[in-house]
Amino acid sequence: MTIAATSPVATVPRRQLPPGRYRLTDLMRSEWTKLRTVRSTMWTLGIMVVVGIGVSALATAETRAHWSTMPPPTRLGFNPVSTSLTPLFFAQLAIGVLGVLVMSAEYGTGTARATFAAAPRRVQVLLAKTAVFGVVALVVSEVTAFLSFFVGQAMLTAPARHATLATPGALRAVVGMGLYLCVISLLALGLGTILRHTAAGISVFVGVLLVLPLIARALPNSIYNSVLRFLPAQIGIVIITNSSRAHSFSVWVGFSVLCCYAVAALVIGGALLVSRDV
Amino acid sequence: MIEARGLTKRYGDKLAVDGLTFDVRPGVVTGFLGPNGAGKSTTMRMVMGLDAPSAGGVTVNGRHYHDLPWPLHEVGALLEAKAIHPGRSARAHLQMLAQANRVPGRRVDELLELVGLTSVAGRRAGKFSLGMGQRLGIAAALLGDPDVLLFDEPVNGLDPDGIRWVRNLLKGLAHEGRTVFVSSHLMSEMALTADEVIIIGRGKLIAQRPVGDLLDQSALGFVRVRSPQMDRLVAALDAAGASVTVEDDGSASVRAMGAAAIGDLAADVHAVLHELSPQSASLEEAYMELTEDSIEYHGGQPVGAPAGGIR
Repeated sequence: MTIAATSPVATVPRRQLPPGRYRLTDLMRSEWTKLRTVRSTMWTLGIMVVVGIGVSALATAETRAHWSTMPPPTRLGFNPVSTSLTPLFFAQLAIGVLGVLVMSAEYGTGTARATFAAAPRRVQVLLAKTAVFGVVALVVSEVTAFLSFFVGQAMLTAPARHATLATPGALRAVVGMGLYLCVISLLALGLGTILRHTAAGISVFVGVLLVLPLIARALPNSIYNSVLRFLPAQIGIVIITNSSRAHSFSVWVGFSVLCCYAVAALVIGGALLVSRDV
Repeated sequence: MIEARGLTKRYGDKLAVDGLTFDVRPGVVTGFLGPNGAGKSTTMRMVMGLDAPSAGGVTVNGRHYHDLPWPLHEVGALLEAKAIHPGRSARAHLQMLAQANRVPGRRVDELLELVGLTSVAGRRAGKFSLGMGQRLGIAAALLGDPDVLLFDEPVNGLDPDGIRWVRNLLKGLAHEGRTVFVSSHLMSEMALTADEVIIIGRGKLIAQRPVGDLLDQSALGFVRVRSPQMDRLVAALDAAGASVTVEDDGSASVRAMGAAAIGDLAADVHAVLHELSPQSASLEEAYMELTEDSIEYHGGQPVGAPAGGIR
């Protein structure tokens, strides 16, 4: 270090710094403040809850209204659990948008500069976001899944068949759907980190969930049958129908595959976060 | 203290910052000057650890930014106007930054007060004017009471009152012994604020020197002389080795000789002086002169010359 010839007029007394260095918990506190101080959080989560419960109520009410005219085989095959949970496949778009925004908004607004100046160890920032957003997403997803289930079942009055949490497999389907939504939203966070752009992140997210199944369906049957099980949408369907289906993973294997997608997106995002300029 | 050594940033085959070596010392305001696109912002982002140098390096208080245990307590920066989520309030913006580095919560309110944003602290920052955004950015820079401060074009978008406020703030911070590094493309602004300037052009260092020296060393400085005995005086000045230009209005511009020497010479040749006034070049002119030189000097070189030139 070179010491300049002209010395400063005065020197700032060395202030007492906190011991150690900034920790993950500090960044998590910061991320929690970020998440709760923008409107998009309330909007997207609100939409998810309202759409999930609302569409579930509509779908089950519809079934109830036509119950008496339904052919017996349809009645027999009717699954009250999955009917009340299917609407959450629409609701997942809302929480996915929030997942993308948690990172892409930093770049869109320029906040990323301030964020990474405060915490130059960028992977820690991603970990803090994953932890804070992950917990929020899990709580809201489970609440939405349970409410959709209860509201849906309440609509299915006799003579229509309804389920309770005691119905075999029902609890697993409801909890599983909440977990599915949470992991999907973390996949979205990973995409947002990789792409750093809100519109691009949302497009890819929607593409993975809605367009990939359409593309897969256009493939020859043999290929379709072998790729179907890997599609997030198919994994979700297995979770809520709680049945082993042809060309699909079982519930928890499927869920593990889904987790791998989210982890892969977050790991790639983390690696890019370190290697790219902010 | 900021120390850059051979700092280089390459984008593709274009060198945005080309082997910059400089020190920014505590206790003075150091202006960072250069035309738009000279590499000022890129350099500042590298200081802040946001952009990785292609070669060379820069340290803050002897450490790479990445290794600072409490970055906001050591370095504060205003890099970009309105780099704030438009939906977040000013208070929430400062609060989330404070939490990341364990800055006490009361600092947030202190700084909102200092920059005059207390009354709008709860409003969404998207509604802020450029000037208010700039004030919030300054508050964010000062949050951790750091002793190294970087400001990228801090007076942009400010009204005259705001400009004076920033000017005094920067001087005050330097007077407290802090390192203050301020970029601007306006020499006139730096003339009023900076004690020392680092001038870059096309990513290369052109000069680092005290503002005063910049004027003294400029070839544009001269002494204006008027005398009824002009012919005799001019001849004597010529003989003494000064460079004299007789202007249309009858005055003479004398270069390469100081006012005192000219006065002595006038007395020797019995010339009456009606005017003897040193004209220092404006800082703006000195700056233009310097950057022009650099452009002439580099004009023949291919873009993308070898990195790490100036050492």
